Amino acid sequence: MRISIQEAPFDLGQEADQFAAGRVDMGAIVTFTGVVRNSAKGDLAAMEIEHYPGMTEKAIEAIAQQAKDRWSLGDVMVIHRYGRLVPGDKIMMVATASPHRVDAFEAAEFLMDYLKSRAPFWKKEFAADGADWVAAKDEDEDALSRW
Amino acid sequence: MDVLYFAWVRERIGLPKERIETTAATVAELVEELKAREERYEAAFADLSALRVAVDQELTDFDAPLAGVREVAFFPPMTGG
Repeated sequence: MRISIQEAPFDLGQEADQFAAGRVDMGAIVTFTGVVRNSAKGDLAAMEIEHYPGMTEKAIEAIAQQAKDRWSLGDVMVIHRYGRLVPGDKIMMVATASPHRVDAFEAAEFLMDYLKSRAPFWKKEFAADGADWVAAKDEDEDALSRW
Repeated sequence: MDVLYFAWVRERIGLPKERIETTAATVAELVEELKAREERYEAAFADLSALRVAVDQELTDFDAPLAGVREVAFFPPMTGG
């Protein structure tokens, strides 16, 4: 299980290759990548991501452990960036490895749903008309109830 | 104990972290103590339903006890992913 909270960018292909390397028992690798999306008006200059060092790692470890307890997973990886990002930048990725694809897909979705509202990150958007903290959405909280 | 603030809570209070000596028995009592201090705390803690709290880096409720606690953090609902 690899969890990395980092300011630096990551290479999606390299991370996915490394994650998949050296296993002959994992028939399915699922990866999800989150990308900074521009605003509807196209005026998002940047996004700043703040986190709670210490708690972030612990919270993600607990979420990943829940996923491992629940699905048949050989491995789990979570990379999440903080600091200043611009539209098109990759924010985060999760990867799951399982003997079969259903477990890999479901566990990746579970990880994403929980990372959204249970990992201590906060996003601030900087646009033409000023800066604003991104508000949590009710549907993100609702998404947890399906698990 | 150390009290930490994140996101707009940090901006409203004007600092990321401070050391507080308190006899508050619960998080809610600590909040009342802070609100009584200064206007900026009153503004940050005006609507508790918009806030979340972690005690020793575990998400918890405002009625959580503070005995033996080293770190309390206040922040808005999280927006990871």
